[in-house]
Amino acid sequence: MTPYLVLAAVLFVLGLHGLFVCRHPLRKILALNVLTTAVFLLLVTVARLAEPLDPVPHAMVLTGIVVTVSTTAVALALAARLAAFGRGTGGKRRTDGS
Amino acid sequence: MNGGDIGAVILAVLPLAAAIGAFVRPGAGPTLTLGTGLLTLGAALAVARQALETGSWRQELGGWGAPLGIGWRLDGLSACMLLLTALVVGAAAVYRAAEKPEKPPSEADRYFWPLWLFLWGGLNALFLAADLFNLYVTLEFVSLAAVGLIALAGGPALAAAWRYFLATLLGSSIYLLGVALLYGQYGVLDLEQMAGVLSSGPTTVLAAALATLGLLLKGAVFPLHFWLPAAHGRAPATVSAVLSGVVVAGAFYLMVRLWFGPFAVLLDGGPALVLGGLGAAAILWGGTQALLQRRLKMLIAYSTVSQLGYGMLVFPLVGSGVLAERAWRGALLLVLAHGLAKAALFLAAGCIVRARGHDRIGRLGGPQNGPAWAWLAFALASASLIGLPPTGGFAGKWWLLQSALAAQAWIWVAVILSGTVLTAAYLFRALAGPLTPAVPPVAVSRPPTALAMIALALALGAWALGLLSAPFGRLLAYPLGGA
Repeated sequence: MTPYLVLAAVLFVLGLHGLFVCRHPLRKILALNVLTTAVFLLLVTVARLAEPLDPVPHAMVLTGIVVTVSTTAVALALAARLAAFGRGTGGKRRTDGS
Repeated sequence: MNGGDIGAVILAVLPLAAAIGAFVRPGAGPTLTLGTGLLTLGAALAVARQALETGSWRQELGGWGAPLGIGWRLDGLSACMLLLTALVVGAAAVYRAAEKPEKPPSEADRYFWPLWLFLWGGLNALFLAADLFNLYVTLEFVSLAAVGLIALAGGPALAAAWRYFLATLLGSSIYLLGVALLYGQYGVLDLEQMAGVLSSGPTTVLAAALATLGLLLKGAVFPLHFWLPAAHGRAPATVSAVLSGVVVAGAFYLMVRLWFGPFAVLLDGGPALVLGGLGAAAILWGGTQALLQRRLKMLIAYSTVSQLGYGMLVFPLVGSGVLAERAWRGALLLVLAHGLAKAALFLAAGCIVRARGHDRIGRLGGPQNGPAWAWLAFALASASLIGLPPTGGFAGKWWLLQSALAAQAWIWVAVILSGTVLTAAYLFRALAGPLTPAVPPVAVSRPPTALAMIALALALGAWALGLLSAPFGRLLAYPLGGA
């Protein structure tokens, strides 16, 4: 199971890197999604490691996915408005949000 | 079921139901919100009464206990936070309902009341929840509603909302990573059960550090406060009042729950000092920045960064064990008094902005026929933030100081006192605004006096907290030994 734990750690760091380095709002949103997925991977691995199999992390991941869908929807709506506002001010305001 | 149990159910369910109602029937939004406010206040009082009688109790939803079911845990601290939420969110809702809109209602306005009620329900659920994962869900709930409320203002507030969104979502994810590591170690989520099994170890320390880092980001504790001033300064006055008064305190509440619950075994030494050090830096840095601001709302927003630092001093002072109970009560009373006073400041600033059309401190002079009552509310709330007797801010700070003096922790004493001087300096600077010579006297509009009265009522609430410090001190009994 160690490879999965390592993968989760790598994905988390990758997400963090993307969040801080990318300037485009869509990339930032994707980076946040990668970050959360890393945590879900960790939780599912934890469920597999337990003896006998533990269903609680699965329930947590399911709830987490619902939460992530909602946050992504809010993020996309916000990014779209931000882009529209940036165009409205004649591009003087960059929509990088950094 | 006792009165407290029924109160808790009302607190969790009613705002959510009303939010759906307000979404379906936008016209009924204000009525639904004010009705919810009255019932919620009654429910919070019922919970507080129960907490005074029985101390803490658990409520298993549907009779399913942990680890399978979802439980709530209520005690004096959660009752106090619920009361604070009901008062601040309720008062700000009355302000919003009484405010005549400056612009014709836009499409965005119909989402205000549903988001407001969702935020309210999320906060109530946060103060009821007893397990790490539910706390994560409630945190996300509160964040999304808060981001939406900031973004509704449109224009430059969108950029502030975006930064807040990224910061708070990152905070939640880091917190969840900590929770996942803890679950992998111990296989429990319930705070009390975890307190029973948690032992020190590298993975546990890492998990605790991650969960705390996420909360520090959400609570805008120095140096992770970068998102707060813009978000709280740009949002409409009612939204700023709730964000600064209650939402930030929610992350602090959770830190207190964790470090004096399951993480208590780790607190001694390093972590307590680090958390207290961050608090001290927040007091000094936030205070200095507030002193340098030219705009009234930004000054108040930086003051939030500074004042929450006092709350963080609870970790080293309670950890030192000298007059621990007094430090505990003092820090929490300070956070409560800050919530009321800060909401009053933002609402008063909202009145002033409406009267003058701007909030540049140097240009607020001249005849104050419109916002005179708002300035009075501002002054009374300032007295509590500075810590003048007999306000709640005084009682809290005095208890904190007594504990620091008894522990001979001179650094904390120096921080508390210099923070007070800074607070007085920046608030007097704001209060000098109306006394500066009048630049071309502009009176844009005269806000209804009722608006200033709401700010005044909240400021007087912060004073009342000082006079009622004895019962509140009893309510905030120190939960030594476990969760």
